[in-house]
Amino acid sequence: MLERGEVANSWRRERWDSLRLLTPNWQSRLPGHRYEGPDPDGYMTMGEVIEFIERFAAVSRAPVRTGTDVTSVRRTDDGYHVTTSRGEIGCRAVVIASGACNRPTVPQFTDAVPASVLQLTPFDYRGPTHLPDGGVLVVGASATGVQLAAELKRSGRPVILSVGEHVRLPRLYRGRDVLWWMDASGVWDQRHDEVDDLTRARRLPSPQLVGTPERGTLDLNVLAATGVELVGRWAAVRDGRALFSGGLRNVFSLADLKMRRLLDSFDEWARAHGREAEVDPPERFAPTHVPESARWQLDLRSGEIRTIVWATGFRPDYGWLDVPVVDAKGRLRHEGGVVDSPGLYALGLPVLRRRKSTFIHGIEDDAREVIDHLTRCLAVRR
Amino acid sequence: MTTIDNGVNVQALLDAREVLKGAPEAAQFTWRASSKWQNGVHSTTTIQNFFGLGQEQSHKSETVFTADHPEVFAAEDNGITPIEYLLVGLAGCLTAGVASVAQNRGIQLRSVESTVEGNHDIRGILGADSDVRNGFNDIKVTFTIDADASKEDIEALVAQSQKRSAVFDALTNPTNVTVEVA
Repeated sequence: MLERGEVANSWRRERWDSLRLLTPNWQSRLPGHRYEGPDPDGYMTMGEVIEFIERFAAVSRAPVRTGTDVTSVRRTDDGYHVTTSRGEIGCRAVVIASGACNRPTVPQFTDAVPASVLQLTPFDYRGPTHLPDGGVLVVGASATGVQLAAELKRSGRPVILSVGEHVRLPRLYRGRDVLWWMDASGVWDQRHDEVDDLTRARRLPSPQLVGTPERGTLDLNVLAATGVELVGRWAAVRDGRALFSGGLRNVFSLADLKMRRLLDSFDEWARAHGREAEVDPPERFAPTHVPESARWQLDLRSGEIRTIVWATGFRPDYGWLDVPVVDAKGRLRHEGGVVDSPGLYALGLPVLRRRKSTFIHGIEDDAREVIDHLTRCLAVRR
Repeated sequence: MTTIDNGVNVQALLDAREVLKGAPEAAQFTWRASSKWQNGVHSTTTIQNFFGLGQEQSHKSETVFTADHPEVFAAEDNGITPIEYLLVGLAGCLTAGVASVAQNRGIQLRSVESTVEGNHDIRGILGADSDVRNGFNDIKVTFTIDADASKEDIEALVAQSQKRSAVFDALTNPTNVTVEVA
């Protein structure tokens, strides 16, 4: 196992200070290792996640070579040649487990933003104290964007949040964590070959969730109530002005309708499986409130905004992979983690084999199946 | 089970989607209109040809659109106002979207009607107040749909139609426009 930094490296270096896991503690389970603390319904801080993964590395006695950066993987006659910062390795099979979030993605028009405005990605952001005073424009309303908008607003700054398509979820539904429902009702176990539109499922943004001791919901209504100003998707920069889409109302409708369908499916599942007694009565949440008139432009030179935080997603980085298995959009071509090159595999990518593939507890089933394929493949080729 | 038929060949569209995924160059279309001044603020615009799927294409017949301004604008009112054509485009696009999405989702439509209202402060175009924009301040579309579906499913149709609408996108997002003198 090659690790460019330390065990749990991205949790140590690529996360902001206040972040907690979106999944409740009881869901943090790896083969032979689970959360056993006093707060199963709580959400781990980054320090706790690092400790959890370190402990798993120890109990599983994973042969981790830390501080080993892979700079190239090349195909050979009988396997792969791996070049690292600590030497060369020949092997018959490679499992890529470097994740889907190696680089923040930002739109092309960042160059057109005036230099007087500081631009940050989630990789640069640690907390509000590191930002200049004054207004902040947070771009993107998935988990990262809503969390940073809330935190920056609490720090006393004016915050504008640019909202495109998003996934709205309540933190608790009928008294249970919404991720309990995802787990119990079988949504998370849905396999990649059962999902209607796999490409869309793999591109689904992270839901508007936050892990806090209060177990509160962090949707756009909550943000708006704290004074965060909502604007449409940022479409372009023209003459130093940010231009936002006038289609805000429809992204609200799409998210409200999707959430409602999901909650309907939870209710249906509870009825069909005799679980009604375990949970509170069904609830419905108010539609996302549409501002009287959302502005569609903002003068970036006016000083109203001092900082832009790009919470516009992440992409994998396969710059080191010298095997032609990456598509035009920079995504790995694979079928359930089996990459289109003998002996090459992937784990931990969105909906790799199941909807839960990118969650900590989602790796076990995927890993079993992928490694099973790998061992059979090696046995045949021997 | 009765067959759903809204008159949309969804299979052809789904097939095209698959083909064009691997052939982005064929997906590049250019729509064209040719306009001619008549007199006053009256003009006619003709549309017949366009480019797409790698070659010149043509509508079955030429269509001529007359644009003018109403009498309250001291004009002859030979046809609708240019900005009203935007409402025509938006209604046509969203309605086509509703029918297509309904077909794809197996929803039989019985009637789809809509009203489109664009609020316009004409002080902008008259130059009476430089703080007022020239275009619409806002547009409201109201659909009345009779279909074999729940209210929520109908709302989802309308939402998905907006999500995939060319004109909705063109109106809600900025577009680079180049105007030259040949």
